[in-house]
Amino acid sequence: MGWLLALPFLLPIAVGLLAFAARRTPPLARAISLIGCVGLLLVAGAIFVQVLAQGPVAAQMGNWPAPFGITLVADRLSAIMLLLVALVGASVAVFALADVDRHRETLGFQGFYQLLLAGVCGSFVTGDLFNLYVWFEVMLIASFALLVLGGDREQLDGGIKYVALNLVSTLLMLMAIGMIYGLTGTLNMAALHQALAEVEQPATLQLLAVLLIAAFGIKAALFPLYFWLPASYHVPPVAVTAVFAGLLTKVGVYALIRTFTLIFPADLGFTRELLLGAALLTMLSGVLGAASQYEFRRILAFHIISQIGFLVLGLALYSPLALAGTVFYMAHNIVAKTNLLLMSGTARRMAGSFDLLKIGGLYRASPLLAAVFFIAAFSLAGFPPLSGFWAKLLLVTASLDQAAYWVAATALVTGALTLFSMSKIWSEAFWKAHPQEPPQTLASLPAIERVQRMAPAVVLVLITLLLGLFPQPLIEFSQAAAAELLNPAGYVAVVLSPSE
Amino acid sequence: MNSVILQGATRLLVALILLFSVYMLLRGHNLPGGGFIAGLIASAAFILYALAWSMREAREALRISPVRLATVGALLSLGSAVPGALQANPPFTGLWLFLGGGDGEKGVPLSTVLLFDIGIYLAVLGSVLALFFTLEED
Repeated sequence: MGWLLALPFLLPIAVGLLAFAARRTPPLARAISLIGCVGLLLVAGAIFVQVLAQGPVAAQMGNWPAPFGITLVADRLSAIMLLLVALVGASVAVFALADVDRHRETLGFQGFYQLLLAGVCGSFVTGDLFNLYVWFEVMLIASFALLVLGGDREQLDGGIKYVALNLVSTLLMLMAIGMIYGLTGTLNMAALHQALAEVEQPATLQLLAVLLIAAFGIKAALFPLYFWLPASYHVPPVAVTAVFAGLLTKVGVYALIRTFTLIFPADLGFTRELLLGAALLTMLSGVLGAASQYEFRRILAFHIISQIGFLVLGLALYSPLALAGTVFYMAHNIVAKTNLLLMSGTARRMAGSFDLLKIGGLYRASPLLAAVFFIAAFSLAGFPPLSGFWAKLLLVTASLDQAAYWVAATALVTGALTLFSMSKIWSEAFWKAHPQEPPQTLASLPAIERVQRMAPAVVLVLITLLLGLFPQPLIEFSQAAAAELLNPAGYVAVVLSPSE
Repeated sequence: MNSVILQGATRLLVALILLFSVYMLLRGHNLPGGGFIAGLIASAAFILYALAWSMREAREALRISPVRLATVGALLSLGSAVPGALQANPPFTGLWLFLGGGDGEKGVPLSTVLLFDIGIYLAVLGSVLALFFTLEED
């Protein structure tokens, strides 16, 4: 068990180092990276199967028993997140073959890409708060390198904004971790679950909670801390934006979910209202920001923010159905969002720009691209019977159950505005004629590039379709995951008193 | 920079700082220290050398490229998990070998933990110097 739980980060680190060492011969580095992605898929699949069969599983690193050593834990939430990371990691790695230029590859793109996957996976399996901080740093280093790799002026500008705000976030997190350690003497999440419940200083606990909300809120791009995201996500190659959009902000949301279901006791004064308010404002401001944009990739970047609001909404409502909605939304959103960004890259390749006013005619140039975009975009907007519809349905039902009508209303308005943005892209990029010459057709691209660009997109869109047409298995899984989150007794037991 | 005082002092200090970094590396198992901080100290020695003489001479003093050093170090740290794996232990279980023990003496302790720390030392030294050289030469 120990090795299986460590492999999600050991494998990408090893693969990344090898790929980095081979960076001057890109074909070799590519092969190493792709093999690593397949391996990660297998590892994530094996963990998923194991967690499905026996509930939460844990492993003690270095044979030091919890709470002294570092514990790795996977419950249902971790397991599905790992699976999604592996899926997005593999899809974007294939797309990057066509999208990332040779210069960036010789600078070590493949190595940093794998390091990023290692950081994300590490965050999802760790059961230790300080270790989580370490993985956040790994992610930050890797993502900064990916952002500025190649070194355009624009990239450096975005990169500096990104890294400056994220450093603030990790600093806040480190402060909170230090104070929690001073208060309880442990940083093991399961041990904290017990220790913090006995701390009788509500003001201190609330202070710590707010510090962590701010720290993870910056990572997750929560209102009003999201300004780094629109400032930086449009500068790197599309493949990098796609993997950032799919995974990075979600790690922040995951950390929020862990913190406020496992670590802190459930009744924590105003923090729930704080999260709810932030979630609603995030949904609205993200979608309004998108409505004012006229660039393919920037519209999608603002929608990342708006979707983060939905994810946090489920946590703030804090009912079994709401948390199940968050888990479902996570799966739906990671798949659909990554795919949309991949589409934006292919659209630029064919029509020559991200600017919606300068492109057009893509529907005629490639019906396949148009179909994939249509399904992913309308799934994001929550059209039945696509996956986004079920995700929003769960969340809206959960808010109606609590008689939070204005929450439900906000969610529906956000959905309508998302539809507005998606139809704008559809009518500008796909429907209207290209203002200058008609775009290149997909068939005119070299065959190998066509496969590299479209195969990941088709796989992801099939998953979106499957989740939409047969949502029941994932809904049941999400409900089981939510039940585990709301009652972490099993998680705590497997960490602190292992039976083996 | 071309200062006789700095160059004279550096001659002495670089050796001392490097020695101190090794001391911090070995001390780190039970006391404050360890591969990370020792790697930072060692890179300070090379940075001082580079400031007193030149980037080119500091690179020559290091002998191998810093990026390669960092890669080797990181691989070494990962490799320290392998002996534990062969004995079906959980990842990163420390394994110990005592050289020349007996008669109540434990001997010189060698361990996979030390191997891990040496890897971190090299990785930190290599990546800090890679950053420094790149920034200074641009």
